[in-house]
Amino acid sequence: MGDSTPEARRPLSPHLQIYQPMLTMMMSIAHRISGVSLAIGFVLLAWWLIAVSSGPEVFATVNSFFASVIGRFALLMFTWALIHHMLGGIRHLIWDTGRGLDKTSIEIFAWGTIIGSTALTLLVWIIGYWLRSAA
Amino acid sequence: MATPLAKARGLGAAHRGTETFWRQRMTAVANIPLVIFLILSIVTHIGADYGTVRAYLARPFVALAMLALVISASIHMRIGLKEVIEDWVHGKGAKVVALLLATFFAIGVGLACVFALVKISLGS
Repeated sequence: MGDSTPEARRPLSPHLQIYQPMLTMMMSIAHRISGVSLAIGFVLLAWWLIAVSSGPEVFATVNSFFASVIGRFALLMFTWALIHHMLGGIRHLIWDTGRGLDKTSIEIFAWGTIIGSTALTLLVWIIGYWLRSAA
Repeated sequence: MATPLAKARGLGAAHRGTETFWRQRMTAVANIPLVIFLILSIVTHIGADYGTVRAYLARPFVALAMLALVISASIHMRIGLKEVIEDWVHGKGAKVVALLLATFFAIGVGLACVFALVKISLGS
């Protein structure tokens, strides 16, 4: 579109492929990827809620998917994406106040999001399974 | 008496430049406790039978929290998808189509969840 116009040949600002990958940049992309992935998770949630509202037969079908290895993996990734996006979002809310924008803090936030989201996801699943077996 | 500059400052051509930014933060803050609630609801009901799950979702507090979550999350998702599309989809036509689809998707998924939750709570 408009390739023949002079505007199309104006220099562009440096894009992703110009830079050597850095952790903070990867975390910015990860925040977007986790956000977009959550759209798929939202569909799974809607599917599950509709199944519950539709009755035992439909629920049995949907539940057998979530009980399968693929279903459980999907739920694990969904919870991980939720926690990852939440911690990344809290980091953004802190930045919105003008705090934590120095080089040391952004590195700490980046590692905190990676380690925190993984640890919390595992913790939540261990507690979940423990509660299920205790009930 | 306000000068023309003071009247215009911070408003921009659309007179409401930071509305989307603010809405994304409002829903982000709301989503924090609601998502924690969702995660706990999911992991404590894996493999649970139909009656247990339905009775759980029909509890007024659970239903209200779920409704709040799906409404807040669909608004948040719509803005998020919009930002990603605006940054990464470059064709003029493709961008408009993608923005439309993202909006329809967010409203559709949100409405489906709301409908299911109301149906679960009110029976039948």
